[in-house]
Parts: sequence; C-alpha cells; structure tokens
Amino acid sequence: MTTPAAPSHGSDVPDAARAITRTLPTGWRVATVAVPAVFFAVLFVWPVGTIIATGLTEAGAGGDALDVLLAPTTRRVLWFSTWQAVLSTVLTLAVGLPGAWLVARVDVPGRTLFRAAVTVPFVLPTVVVASAFTGLLGSGSPVMAWIAGLFGLDAPPRLTQTLAAVLLAHVFFNVAVVVRTVGGRWSNLDPRLVRAARSLGASPWQAFRTVTLPLLRPAITAASAITFLFTFTSFGIVLILGAPGMATLEVAIYRATAQLLDLPQASTLALLQVVAVAAALLVNARLGRDRAGSSGITTAAHRGLQRPRGLQWAGVGATVLLMAVVIGLPIAVLVERSLATADGHSLAWYRALADTDSVLAVAPWEAVRTSLVFAVAAAAVATVVGGAAAVAITRRRRSTWGRAFDLLLMLPLGVSAVTVGFGFLITLDTPPLDLRASPILVPLAQALVAIPFVVRILVPALEAIDDRLRQAAAVLGASPTGTWRHVDLPILFRSATVAAGFAFAISLGEFGATVFIARATSPTIPVAIYRLLGQPGAINLGRAMAMSCILMVVTIVVVAAVDRLRVADLGAF
Amino acid sequence: MDQSLPRHRRPTRGRGLRLAAVAAAVALLASACAGEAADDPDAPPEPSGATEAATASTDPSDAPTTPQDPAVQLVTHDSFAISDDVLAAFTDQTGYEVEVLRSGDAGATVNAAVLTAGNPQGDVLFGVDNTLLSRALDAEVFVPHEPAEADALDPALVLDDQWRVTPIDRGDVCLNYDVSAYTDGEPPSTLDDLTEPDYAGQLVVENPATSSPGLAFLLATYSTFGEDGWEQYWEDLVANDVAVSAGWEDAYYGVFSGAAGSEGDRPLVVSYASSPPAEVIFAEEELDEAPTGVITASCFQQVEFAGVLAGTDNEAGARALVDFMVQPEFQADIPLQMFVFPARTDVELPPEFVEYSAVPDDPITMDPATIDDRREELVQRWTEIVLG
Repeated sequence: MTTPAAPSHGSDVPDAARAITRTLPTGWRVATVAVPAVFFAVLFVWPVGTIIATGLTEAGAGGDALDVLLAPTTRRVLWFSTWQAVLSTVLTLAVGLPGAWLVARVDVPGRTLFRAAVTVPFVLPTVVVASAFTGLLGSGSPVMAWIAGLFGLDAPPRLTQTLAAVLLAHVFFNVAVVVRTVGGRWSNLDPRLVRAARSLGASPWQAFRTVTLPLLRPAITAASAITFLFTFTSFGIVLILGAPGMATLEVAIYRATAQLLDLPQASTLALLQVVAVAAALLVNARLGRDRAGSSGITTAAHRGLQRPRGLQWAGVGATVLLMAVVIGLPIAVLVERSLATADGHSLAWYRALADTDSVLAVAPWEAVRTSLVFAVAAAAVATVVGGAAAVAITRRRRSTWGRAFDLLLMLPLGVSAVTVGFGFLITLDTPPLDLRASPILVPLAQALVAIPFVVRILVPALEAIDDRLRQAAAVLGASPTGTWRHVDLPILFRSATVAAGFAFAISLGEFGATVFIARATSPTIPVAIYRLLGQPGAINLGRAMAMSCILMVVTIVVVAAVDRLRVADLGAF
Repeated sequence: MDQSLPRHRRPTRGRGLRLAAVAAAVALLASACAGEAADDPDAPPEPSGATEAATASTDPSDAPTTPQDPAVQLVTHDSFAISDDVLAAFTDQTGYEVEVLRSGDAGATVNAAVLTAGNPQGDVLFGVDNTLLSRALDAEVFVPHEPAEADALDPALVLDDQWRVTPIDRGDVCLNYDVSAYTDGEPPSTLDDLTEPDYAGQLVVENPATSSPGLAFLLATYSTFGEDGWEQYWEDLVANDVAVSAGWEDAYYGVFSGAAGSEGDRPLVVSYASSPPAEVIFAEEELDEAPTGVITASCFQQVEFAGVLAGTDNEAGARALVDFMVQPEFQADIPLQMFVFPARTDVELPPEFVEYSAVPDDPITMDPATIDDRREELVQRWTEIVLG
C-alpha cells in the first residue's frame, strides 16, 4: 500500500511490447521458438498426428471415416458439445467477473484466502465433485427442500441428471480460470484511469464499460477460450451429472479409443474435435483482438485496492454470496462428508487414512508427495516452455506464424487425453525416446495441459509493458538491471507466479492424462481417491472424502503461498 | 551461443535472467531426452540394460541366460493390488524384482497392449478379462506359456487351450439388493422378477457404453434371453422404470440405497458378488450381517487373465512371474487385495470373505469370441432401447 506509483502512460504504440525482446541475441531468439516448438512437436504433434493418421489409413477406413462424419449421432454430439460449452462459458464469465473484481480491487479481509480457495474446484476429481452436486441437487437435499418451501412446491425438485447440473458443475470447475486470469490483469490496471473518467462525469457503469472493460478484454478473451476448451471436452461431469446418453465429442472419442478400439472411428472423431477446437479458437481470437495494447497497465500492484464504501458494500456482499453458493456449498458438502460418521462428526476418516490397506495401496503422505513432485516438475516445465513460447509469440504477434503458433499451443486443451496417451504409446516407443513407462512422462503430459495457461497469462503481460517506462527509468539514471528489476520484473513476475500457480494446480488435480500413462510410481492423490471410490464400504467412501479434503488443503496452502510470495516480493520494489 | 553473450551484456543485464530461463528450458528439455537414454539401465522403459546390451541386442530371446535382468515389468490396470511381501517372495525365489506399471481401467490397458503388440510396454500383462480376451488374442499380444502348476487351476476358467493367457482370478457381476428394503417382502430372485410391478422403480444399472459392470449385466441378459428375447426384456425394464448411471461409483453410492453413506433411494443395483463382504470388511463399525445381498441368478462371470507379452525383452522373467501368479502364495493373497476369487481351487479363502460372499453355482458365461463379435452392436441397440 505504501509503494509509490511508478509513472504510467497510456501508450498507443502497438508494438511496444516487442522492445522486451528486440535486443535478444539471435541464439536466444531462436531458443524461444525452438524450445516450445520441439516440445510440442515431440509430445503433441507427433503422437497425436500419428495416432490419427494410423486410424485414418487403416484398411477400409476411408469409407468408415466418411460414415462416421456423416452419422447423425456425430452431428448431434458435435452440436451438443458446442452449445453446452458456449453456455457454460457465458455463465462462468457471469459468475467469475464479480469474483475477479473482488480479488483485484477490493480491500476486504480474507482476500488472499479467497483467491486461493477459488482454485480448489480446479483440482478436485470429477467423481468427487459430481458426488457433491448429486447430494446438493438430489431430491433429498436440504437446499432443494428449501427451494421447494420458497416456491411452495409439493415436492423438492430434483436437478440431478439434467443440463442444469452439468452447467452448474462447469461453472464450479472453471470460475477460477476467470477469477485468476481476469483478476490478475485487473489488478495491474491503473485505477487512476477510472478515477479520471469518474471525475469527468462518467457514471460507475460508464467508466466500467468504456475504460475498464476494453482494458480487460485480452484477459476475458483468454479466460473464455480456456473455459470453452475445458467444457467443450468435458467428460466425467457430462457422464455423471447429465441425463443418461448425454455425450460430448470427448465421450465418443473415449469410447471409440479405450473401449471399442475402433481406431478409424476414434481418429475421425479426434480430427473433428481438433478442427472444431481450432475453429472456435480462431473465432475467439478474432473477437478478442487486443485493441487495448499496453495502455492502463501500472507496476504498482496495490494502488487499485480500496476499502469498499457505501454501495460498494452491496456489490461485495452480492459477490461473496454468489461465490459462497456456487463454490462454497459444494466444497462444504465434501468437508461435511469427510467428517460425518455414524456417531456424529469426527476426524475418524482422516485417522483411518493411516491404516494403509489394499484399497488405499499407499500411505496418504506418500500420495501427497507423489502429487507434489509431479506438480512441481510440471509447473517448472510449463513455466519455462510456456514462458519461452510467450516471448516468441509476443515478438510475432502480428504475423501469421505467430498466430498459428499461439493457436497450436492451445490445442492440447482441446484434444482428448486418451488420444494423447495412446499417441504416446505408438510414437515414444523406441530408444532413446522410449518414454512410455518413464516417470517423467506424467509431468511432461501435465505440462502440455498447463502451457496454454502460462502462455495466455504471460503474453498479455509481456505486451502490456510500455517501453517508455523503461526509457523513463533509464533517463532517471536507472541501470539496465535496475530498469529491468523495477519495470519488467514486477509485471512479469506477478503474471509468471499466477501462471506457475495455475500450472501447479492443474498438475495436482490432473487425472485424464495421468491415468492413460503407465506409472510405476505410487498413486497421486486423485488416483488414490478413485481407487477408494472404486470399492464398497463406509471406510472407503469416508477416506475418499478425507483424501479429497487433503487435496483441497494442499492446493490452498500451495496456491496461497505462491500468491503470498508474489506480494512479498513486490513489497520490495 | 556463448560468444554472443558479451556483445549483449551492455543493453540490460536484466535480460540475463531471461536468458537463464531460456537456457534452463533448453537444458531441461535436453536432459529430459538425453536423461532417458542415459538412465535406461535402471529406468523402466528398456530393461535391456548396459550389462547385457550386447547379448540382448543380437539375440533377445535368450538374453537373460547369464546375468539376470533384475526387473520384470507387470503392466496392469489401476485396480490391481497385491501385498508387498508376496512380491518380495517372488524376488527371493527368482531374483527378479517386480515393477508394477498401472494405467487406466481394464479396457484402456488391454487396448494399449493391442496398440503396442510386438513392442510392449512391459513383460507381463495382467487384467485382460473374458469380455476383452478375444481382441487381445486376435492382435497377438501374448506368447503361449503354460504355467508350472496349471493343473491346480479351475479348468472351467481356462479359456485358451494354447495357454496364451492364464486365468488368475474370477469374480462375478451380480445384482445386489439393500437388505433393509426387503424386511417385509422378498428381493427378486431371477432376472425375470425385475420386470414385475412389485419391483418397479427399484433398479439402477450402469450404462454398458461407459461401464464394465454395465456391459457384463447387458451380456447376462443377452445370454439369458437370447437373440429373440433380450430386446423385449429391456423394453420391459424400461417400462418398469429402470434408472441408468454412467458408472459404478455413481450407481452404487449415488442411486443405490444399500451402500453405507449412500444418498440413493433404489434398493437394487448392478454390482459385484464381492460387494457385500467389502461392505462388512470396510464397515464403519463391526457388522454381524452384510447390509446388502447378492441375487445369484443374475451373476455374470468375469475371469481375469495374465500373459507373457510378445516382444518382451525379459521373457524368462515374464514366464517366471506368470508361474508365480498361479502359485498358492499369490493366489491366497487375491481375495482380500482385489475382492475376487482365486483361479486355483485348492487355496484357503479368508473367513470374512467366504462368510459374506455369494458364490453362484452356475454363473452366466459367454464365449469371448461371441462377446467380441456382438459387443458394439448390443450396446448400440441397448442405447436405442433404453436411452431412446
């Protein structure tokens, strides 16, 4: 709060961001392209391309592929995947934007905890979340009974196995994407712009619409692209919470690959999914073309934080209530279940985690350790590779190559984990690249999923750095290092920690890619939870819930620590 | 790259950090690739280590004759479990360590093996069952190996006369009922009963397109009612308000009323013959009786097999491991680890397992080749009938 504001100038220089890399030596410039390019070529393009090609070239597959494409079920599945994803994205934005405002602009106690807690849904296994929603939305739920009372219904409504349940769960899972991506950008906006607009007579709404919203646009675009991809490829939520038979393209691909081993069908559908995802990304990129450039970005993180006043309290209250319902309630259900025993509430299930048996297969701390090791490795790889990619993309933002590269990096989010996993099997199978059973394949596959986040978060941050800030610092006598430390680093560091934190959380909760890779290590937390839920018995259910809560706590602690680190470091500047 | 550094020292030293980051990226990627090559001797993927590289590369079939390769890799699904002491006993007996590579469910594991036939991920595969067997055999995933104590196995479970696969365990997918829901009346005793009005709105099944017990139950109805009757049977079930869940977890914990901690309200579910003993063994407080029961007339037999993977570079170790999986020590560990019955008939079963387990006298079975032929079509038809 006491940090003096660095001078911030609105800049119309579109390519100001290039300055950051303009003077990079050629060798390093090549490396920023080569590292991510090689990474993606080896771990994504080659495996996925090979498995799709194998399926499409299998004997007699030509006709099959066409049949699959023209089948009415394919059209229905593609259409359903698309519209439910669009709807989920819109709803997630509607819930997430107030949350982003809260973390970026309002100085209320518990902000840090809130920002960390919002990440929790992101890491929770689908089955666990689905069971919480089943509890909340089923006819036996107290919430439904309350709604019935409120509207004078005869019987409590039942929302399980409906589209509403799917959409609610999608919002639950993805609200963190909006809160953290948009909130990160929002906290970098210079609050004086809005104050200036207000002093010139704009209403709060006008100021938001004409000043803040355009400046947030790149972050909103990025967040909606990611949310769209996640919900477009939704698997477990649609299966468990949706009506029986409700299927996304992802479900169809999983069935064709992992159950029917019908490679021609799987490959056709996978190709269709890649094309659909790429088309959606192109539309998104067009909608979100960054016109704001670097204007309005400040290096002073805390200037915008304000104690709420007057009407703002109503906004804070409404936002907190919204978050409590959408995120808090399902989490509360899980916590309650982890404590519920026949004789009231106790820590019995947590104590039971100490008795390692065949179902749990591993001491809980060991699962935590495995998860943490994978997550640290994945976050490191994702930050380094994604960081290099972000620098490369920023430099080539306006060229076709730059945009194509940008798009390619997003694709893993839109490609089925089983496609990638099976692609690994038939490509990374000969020494020296026989990685199939190597312990490093899991974090590498997880990094593949996390890199799009790193890129989405870092590119806007890199673009936002106004070269005139550096020039000003240099004129005022700052050494080159000093300039970098005082101008570039705070902005980059803030974004990089957000990105690394995200990558970490993704890896911690990642199940899809992990599960299709043969692992010799002890199970990760999500895998242990699935094992527990796979056997009958009160102890297994109780321990699965306790394990889920441990996963939540680990997530909150790590993410809060990363957030804290970033605040502490900034304080030094 | 180094020579360009001094030239660029001047503009900003801050860039050095960025360079370091990029350098780290390159190094990491390089070490990721190179590390694999270098680590090979003790890393999982290629057990043909440096010690025997020469012999192994010239003639893989007799590679492990002199210095034994210390590891056998067992490729299996995520629900595989066996005691550590049992695996240690194998190492004591043979000198081979077992490395367990787990991934996905049985379907994904078998399909991964089919995709990599000839260049397998490991040496032995465990977890292919009778519903998937035909596909694996057709793809020539396994090499024949008749285990040392093959005679001790239940002959009814030996489904491949060439011994490309060896039966290791068997379990049954059966209807379970909530005992407390039938204190006044009788639970259904046959598949036919389920279409009676008395049991309307009581059954939840898993979708056979996404769940293996769901598929097993569909096969049980197909096997029971035949080509001409099974579709009508499912139409009757739909008329009797059958519920469908995507997977076992959701059906058992979310819809079935008999599971401890369940929120459900339907007293009949497709689960396993071993679910009642698991309810007792993993009960919160000691139970005298299982809270759920099994309708034995509905049971569909699932047999799990192991086999030596074709193209293994540790064939001797692989053969030794399959032999060991048939031995009493391994077989006796199966019930309480995986909640299924051992394939051997002469091992003693744990009392808590026997007491609460229902053993169907005559489980429904189906020829693996027929299953493979008809599976997709049956699921397709089922989807049309039940989900419309």
